[in-house]
Amino acid sequence: MSSPLPMMSDEQPMARPDAPPALPRLLAGIPPEGAMTLDEHIAVHGPPPVVRGEGRRRDRERAGALIDEIERAGLLGRGGGAFPTAIKMRAVAGSRGRAIVVANGAEGEPASLKDRALLEALPHLVLDGGALAARAVAADELIICVCESADAGIEGVACAIEERRHSPRYSDFDRSASPRLTTVPGHYVAGQESALVNHLGGGPAIPTFTPPMAFERGVRRRPTLVDNVETLAHIALIARHGAPWFRRVGTPTQPGSALVTLSGPVAYPGVYEIEHGASLASLVEAAGGFTARARAALVGGYAGAWVGGERLRGLALSNEHLAPHGASLGPGVVLLLSEEACPVAETVRVACWLAGQSTRQCGPCAHGLDALAASLQELASGGPQAPAARRIDRLASLVQGRGACGHPDGAVKLALSGLETFAGEFDDHARHGPCDLCARAPELPLPVRPVGATPARKAVARS
Amino acid sequence: MSHRVRVNPIDCEAHGMCAELLPERITLDEWGYPLVDEAPLDGVLVEHAIRAARACPTLALLVERERSRRRA
Repeated sequence: MSSPLPMMSDEQPMARPDAPPALPRLLAGIPPEGAMTLDEHIAVHGPPPVVRGEGRRRDRERAGALIDEIERAGLLGRGGGAFPTAIKMRAVAGSRGRAIVVANGAEGEPASLKDRALLEALPHLVLDGGALAARAVAADELIICVCESADAGIEGVACAIEERRHSPRYSDFDRSASPRLTTVPGHYVAGQESALVNHLGGGPAIPTFTPPMAFERGVRRRPTLVDNVETLAHIALIARHGAPWFRRVGTPTQPGSALVTLSGPVAYPGVYEIEHGASLASLVEAAGGFTARARAALVGGYAGAWVGGERLRGLALSNEHLAPHGASLGPGVVLLLSEEACPVAETVRVACWLAGQSTRQCGPCAHGLDALAASLQELASGGPQAPAARRIDRLASLVQGRGACGHPDGAVKLALSGLETFAGEFDDHARHGPCDLCARAPELPLPVRPVGATPARKAVARS
Repeated sequence: MSHRVRVNPIDCEAHGMCAELLPERITLDEWGYPLVDEAPLDGVLVEHAIRAARACPTLALLVERERSRRRA
């Protein structure tokens, strides 16, 4: 038994009577712990949308139709870049040679836990999406990449693959590209597309010079679709329910829902599913409210941007809403900083950590990020302000855009946004040296991930 | 058809030959890595650029032909 792909006729916007509620979507039916089994998965989401026995030509049309539907849905990549998924899929589908699909669950961003939450609790959504994407781009390999330190995620995926292999319906569904699990080193840039491709080709998990881009020449020189695991999970649902359903929540430019990792002074830090455009206030409320006053939020991850003070009030979580603050959702990260932490010390600490995450392949990044962190440190520990500020400006322009990957740009963004958002505090530190809060235990979770905290699992609607 | 120079920052080891041979487009930063003006090259500059690319000990300097933009 299989349900037809819902997107076959072009004009009729599809509103199936059994369309699931607006939210939660990905997190619907998520078990409080452990992974959702295959039977539970089918009970919650329905069987995989595929029609068999109609010939290969029909399959191809169907595959193209899925890409069209993803385009209509306006799905943007969830690894941080927010690149239109359909464009990437078309590029892979149009490249010469048999394609490979890589489900990117490397999650090198220490502030993000959503990929591991997904792999750990809802592996079948990712595997469904991977299988569908593989069909769409005519791939015969599906590689699921999980961070080597994400034990529960590895187990979740491994068990799910095994379960599917023993299910007649699913072994058939997965037939054209049977999924394979691979672990990836946990450092920051390991999940960057070219680094992942490099790793899967037997090399180190560090970025390479592009072009060639993965879509034209990726793993073993074959066209490779690298999609974040959350992106694939959304594909699994778009294939089932159609683009109009997907667009029912979110904003016109950023449709759909998103997984967000929230940490900081809230009662239940964890992974939440929000509608794009949901207010920060509603997210915090879903997380049980503030446990201390928040001074600022680092949005988009450690290579993201600070949003401070008054701007936090009324902040909406979509790239469009965040753009005026110089921020973006990135891989869906909101780190709240309490008033008990020194924002200068925290910014310096993150800048130092980012400098340490340079793979030192490119000169400007290797030299520049260390120098940038040192200059920030100088400012923070008190001393002549003007020279350090000039030096930071100069370093920022020297580093930006001069790496093989985006790492140096992200580090510069973090530093400049800290200087701007906390201009007053940096000024105080330059004049009077370290403040009382500087000596406190660091608040932002670096470099180790928060342990012990089981991510909360909840949905947040747009208010 | 116009040409541009680009640097592969992974291969570049700051030998600085390129800045000697193509000073019109390349200067060096404080660590010795090339700062490249990626504006299109014309006429004799193309030849100089090719000479500089050939002279680079790590072959990190690339002279690329400007591709005509694909239509979406």
